[in-house]
Amino acid sequence: MPERIAFLQGNEACAEGALLAGVQFYGGYPITPSTEIAELLSKRLPEIGGKFIQMEDEIAALGACIGASLTGLKSMTASSGPGMSLKQEHIGYAALCDVPVVIVDVQRGGPSTGLPTQVSQADVMQARWGTHGDHPIIAIAPSSVEEVLYMTIKAFNLSEKLMTPVIVLTDEVIGHMREKVKIPDKDKIELWERKKPAVSPEDYKPFDTDDDDIPALATFGSGYRYNVTGLMHDRAGFPTTRPDEVQDLLDRIHRKIEKHIDIITDVEYYGEENASLGFISYGSSARTTKKAVQVLKQKGINTNMMRIKTLWPIPAKEIFEFCKDKEKVFVVEMNMGQYIHPVKSVSDDPYKIKGIYRYDGDFITPREIIDRVGGF
Amino acid sequence: MDAKVKERMTNPMHNYLRPKKKFPTVWCAGCGNGIVLQSIVSAIDSLGLDRNKVVLVSGIGCSSRAPVYVDFNSLHTTHGRAIAFASGVKFADPQLKVIVITGDGDAVAIGGNHFIHACRRNMDITAIVFNNYIYGMTGGQVSPTTPQSAFASTSPHGNIDQPFDICELAIGAGASFVARTTVAHPNLLYQYILQGLKNNGFSVIEVLVNCPTNFGRRNKLGDAVNMIKSLKEMAITMDSLKSKWMKEQNIDLSDLEKHILTGIFTDIKKPRFIENYASLIKRLQRLKD
Repeated sequence: MPERIAFLQGNEACAEGALLAGVQFYGGYPITPSTEIAELLSKRLPEIGGKFIQMEDEIAALGACIGASLTGLKSMTASSGPGMSLKQEHIGYAALCDVPVVIVDVQRGGPSTGLPTQVSQADVMQARWGTHGDHPIIAIAPSSVEEVLYMTIKAFNLSEKLMTPVIVLTDEVIGHMREKVKIPDKDKIELWERKKPAVSPEDYKPFDTDDDDIPALATFGSGYRYNVTGLMHDRAGFPTTRPDEVQDLLDRIHRKIEKHIDIITDVEYYGEENASLGFISYGSSARTTKKAVQVLKQKGINTNMMRIKTLWPIPAKEIFEFCKDKEKVFVVEMNMGQYIHPVKSVSDDPYKIKGIYRYDGDFITPREIIDRVGGF
Repeated sequence: MDAKVKERMTNPMHNYLRPKKKFPTVWCAGCGNGIVLQSIVSAIDSLGLDRNKVVLVSGIGCSSRAPVYVDFNSLHTTHGRAIAFASGVKFADPQLKVIVITGDGDAVAIGGNHFIHACRRNMDITAIVFNNYIYGMTGGQVSPTTPQSAFASTSPHGNIDQPFDICELAIGAGASFVARTTVAHPNLLYQYILQGLKNNGFSVIEVLVNCPTNFGRRNKLGDAVNMIKSLKEMAITMDSLKSKWMKEQNIDLSDLEKHILTGIFTDIKKPRFIENYASLIKRLQRLKD
């Protein structure tokens, strides 16, 4: 289909993005405010020969996605806070076993059932550290409906290329807001596919890699018979407790992400180049922050901002550079201060990093940001 | 050559052991799990299934370690979730023959939800439930199938809880083939697995397995041989029980408690998720054309 303009909700844009990326399998469980993604794909996937299944819970939904991914299908699931809590078990499994899968988290207020219909950005730390054990994770955060579409495609690309789970962190506002979206021509989208084994089944070791540290997991049923396990495993895929093999596995899955940081990291700047006051924000709150920068400029106060599009792994170099010549940097987020902690840890001076938060379920306004800047 | 030696050398199991996997198994001496694995492999072999198209999916526990030793596609998942992963595999590629290997705790405690929903969907999967009445791998804790009054490390005063009947649960939830036997009946076990593999839909084969290390030791049931003997004595088919009762003046219902009912409890045709989805896709395709 050629490029077209549509008026879409963020969740609809997510489904459109997934279809453009070639999603073939969706395993879901209903939860507000993410449900429209499942509803749309339950209609569209069977129409194009894809697979949609509503599982019995979020744990099963992601488990089914991982199973489907091992048969070679591009797989995804979507959820929100309470469902994300349940998915953590299998996020860790996918990270340890190099299984590509896309997980969309349309964030709502928490903890617990929290605010099912209202906005938050309080799953940022959960996205990074929600599952147990040391593991790498990629999480990206769109700020507009159109960006949800493009970031969903990016999530599939990163996931398939790097053989890893990727989390798309949207929120209730982005998910339910309607905006103009330019839907690209499917033929013009660059899609990255996962690697195929380069050796014969006899010589195949599923978790043996080239210098890029990315394994070529064969499709189940293709003649390469191998073992996948959530236990620590050697490069042949068999369980191990040998310290050198355990360390090799953990080091490799982390190196795999570090080595490809250039295609993962994405940030955007806005405002006066040499301002001494700066903002760091992401997702929907970055829109409010941008407005605050504009209003402050009208008042004669020069500021600038950095919008973080890839939250995890943290763009450490970029944040350090952004903060280093500034007097103060404000981290704007809709939680009680989560992303501010890694920002402090990678900046030159943690004491100049200040937090501007809102976490009552209402959307943060430019007025609040401006007022808080005055208070510091 | 001695006939027995010859038979051992032609044991189909030998063709299916993974050449690169280090042995021995994680299982204790006297454990019945190997008998079940051998029956599964024999059934696959006699059906002539292409091993490239067979996927063994397991959860966590002693029995769930079985797939790693045999040369198929194998997926050792998280505790209780084997059936969820297996559903994804089967739905994504219906050409694959998907077999779930799970234990009593894995299948009906932590994985109970996935178990009943796979039954409900009549998902084309064969689930072999190794029921040893106890959590073996973690050292002998009480499980949802531990009989009342039995001892386990977390029921040191005797189990006060009611056990599940896995087969009744499967039938109630909608599985289309449900059978139970024990490791003391390897021929029947092989037959049931064969039938389960042939069945289109969700098949549950519950196998009572002796665990001498944990269940046997804690309940003074003797060694592996004694445990297998008592499984053999306790097992009774519904038919033999009925014929026994037919001869009696007053039916002795305590027979049910003294025995383990074995046999095929359900073998029916009913709608299947995979089949229904395929028809849905065809219907939508026709609408488009």
